[in-house]
Amino acid sequence: MADFTSGFWNIFITVLTLLGVFGCGLLLWAQSRQQIVVKPGADGGIGTTGHVWDENLTELNTPMPRWWMWLFTITIVFALVYLYLYPGLGSYPGKLGWTSTGQYTEELKKADAEYGPLFDGYLKKDLKVVAADPQAHAIGERLFLTYCAQCHGSDAHGSKGFPNLTDRDWLYGGDPETIKTTLLHGRNGIMPPMGAALGSDADVANVAQYVLSLSDAPSDPIKRVLGQSKFAVCAACHGADAKGNQALGSPNLTDKIWLYGGSADTIMETIRKGRNNVMPAFQDFLGEAKVHVLAAYVWSLSNDPVAQK
Amino acid sequence: MSTPEVSVIKMYAAREEIYPREIKGRYATLRWLCVWLTQLVFYGLPWLQWNDRQALLFDLGARKFYIFGIVLWPQDFIYLAVLLIICAYGLFLVTAVAGRVWCGFACPQTVYTEIFLWIERRIEGTRSARMRLDKQAWGIDKLWRKSAKHLVWGAVALWTGLTFVGYFTPVRSLIGAVASLGLGPWEWFWILFYSLATYGNAGWMREQVCKYMCPYARFQSSMFDKDTLIITYDTDRGEPRGPRSKKTIAPAAKAQGDCIDCSMCVQVCPTGIDIRDGLQYECIGCAACIDACNSVMAKIDLPAGLIRYSTDHAITKKWSFAQMQARVLRPRVLIYTAILALIISAFFVSLFMRTPLKMDVIRDRGSMGREVEDGMIENVYRLQIMNTDEARHHFKISVAGIDGIALASPDELDLEGTGSRAVPVRVRVAAGEGRPGSNKISFTLVATDHINQKVTEKAVFFVPRGAGHDEHDDHH
Repeated sequence: MADFTSGFWNIFITVLTLLGVFGCGLLLWAQSRQQIVVKPGADGGIGTTGHVWDENLTELNTPMPRWWMWLFTITIVFALVYLYLYPGLGSYPGKLGWTSTGQYTEELKKADAEYGPLFDGYLKKDLKVVAADPQAHAIGERLFLTYCAQCHGSDAHGSKGFPNLTDRDWLYGGDPETIKTTLLHGRNGIMPPMGAALGSDADVANVAQYVLSLSDAPSDPIKRVLGQSKFAVCAACHGADAKGNQALGSPNLTDKIWLYGGSADTIMETIRKGRNNVMPAFQDFLGEAKVHVLAAYVWSLSNDPVAQK
Repeated sequence: MSTPEVSVIKMYAAREEIYPREIKGRYATLRWLCVWLTQLVFYGLPWLQWNDRQALLFDLGARKFYIFGIVLWPQDFIYLAVLLIICAYGLFLVTAVAGRVWCGFACPQTVYTEIFLWIERRIEGTRSARMRLDKQAWGIDKLWRKSAKHLVWGAVALWTGLTFVGYFTPVRSLIGAVASLGLGPWEWFWILFYSLATYGNAGWMREQVCKYMCPYARFQSSMFDKDTLIITYDTDRGEPRGPRSKKTIAPAAKAQGDCIDCSMCVQVCPTGIDIRDGLQYECIGCAACIDACNSVMAKIDLPAGLIRYSTDHAITKKWSFAQMQARVLRPRVLIYTAILALIISAFFVSLFMRTPLKMDVIRDRGSMGREVEDGMIENVYRLQIMNTDEARHHFKISVAGIDGIALASPDELDLEGTGSRAVPVRVRVAAGEGRPGSNKISFTLVATDHINQKVTEKAVFFVPRGAGHDEHDDHH
């Protein structure tokens, strides 16, 4: 453990801690051997040790019970045993080698052992069957709210830059297996900046008008026609019919679904600057069994699992 | 008693064994009544059933406290805090009026010591027999008596530990698990820990707990005043003390007081003090010395009450009982009573008005507010709905705060008893409604199959600036 940049502090803390513990023990030992002469009180009652503070405060001769001494001794022994077993002396890791990370891993293992069979049971089943299972649906919903809702929203409707998962439009394909692949390995959707390839700013504006017209949005008739001739550059990915290509993850431009927005300005911005979209991979983080349940849940959002079972 | 001479002591002294003499009397009977009452409740409660479950169960694992018809969740922790405050104030009030009656009659330390002492007496005999037994050398008699005593103590302690854990783990299955040694490590730990604590405190430590461990013994003096009931020895009447023969019983001749110095009051004291030395912090107010003295006074035909419950004022100013009584309702007591009554009524009112329904509204931060079909503005929320009732209910969600505001997702759901669920909901407002920025709205959850189960939570609805007019404005 490299908590200390200098070996000095390691020794400093170790020595200080042990000095403190042994110091307490020494004090206790010395006190237990000390004898006090007790003078009787003025009225012959409880005597005092003869110590007087602040003019008239005297210490009565009521010694502590001896079991207190044993409690102190037990405490000192406990401290030493603890410091031997657990980290506490500088960078000494302790005989048991305990770490908070280790404990976390262990608890994770325990949870996996407890719930693993449940998820493994689903893993053996077809995704559509899992999607129709009410318990798997409830688990999937909780997993989604924990791991997916940050980007896609609690209702899975997404937001700007993050796809809506409840419509039936898919960048990479909407069958359950493809969704699972997306979750397992992630996706990296790149729309390169196309401003230079298209030519002038006017060309970009014209193409944008053409793109608008593809989904029957209001567009400028002249610019639209001018843009159509430049669309060949875009067709490489989006296809000549502009219906996109799920193998590449290039969106269909003819529906009314927009990842970043469907206004002329936004489309021009997309063309000029490009877009870079990352869906992270969850295989290492969640494991295949949980992803399986999640994929079934996500698929069910835009499909009726019971009808298609 | 130590003679007044110079002596040499060590800083740590061994405990001196105290052999309290058994005493019968009004207060002893009262204490036994308290022992029976508290222990019937303690040992009995975990066995009561309610709705097919343990009536009183603090299920730490599931984080639910079952108290008869009520199920408390971690969110209801305030009730536990208030309950503790009520206990504390109750203690303050009782102490201000009647001194350490809690210590002497109802404190678990006193109660278990009483039980353990009773066992000790049945096995080892009376005070003098026990003193003899401790002095004599180890033999068959001493060996079997001592081991029998510890065996019985251990059994009582184990049952106590088991009962204690029975409040946290269903006691019926716990007994079975103990029989088959199938307990979890924590259950073992707490059963043994609590048993050992009972055995050690009631069997071995006894008055040491009151004198050196109990924090209450240390600060109770701040609740005492000169009108607080204390156990007092009437010095004027008792002194000068000394043995007396039948002849010297001449009330007029004040050469001798009523105290015959029989030392019974010292022999019965569980903390080993002499009440005739005046009020001491070791005195737990158990009134054993009152019982002892009264029985002696009865034997020698003198009025009872040489040692009695009285107040400092009543003793020094020679007040009558009525005069003493008149001082009970002094400002300190009235204030304590008023505060206590206030907290208790607030506690019960809020407990009975509490709806077994909880809802947290968490606004989705991913999208501030988005435009959907027909130019409507949509916000997304996650409702964490908790049905703390034990029955399954059907719920309806509604939203209010802006004209025409409505849910765009299913607004009805079922939730099983003591269940919770996170429900994503979409809320829509028509374009132009609400002002740009945040608008105050509220969600209401109602159980449609049960009256009076309703909870309303505030939330914020965000309308993007320029929404409903032109998208461009959004990006400037």
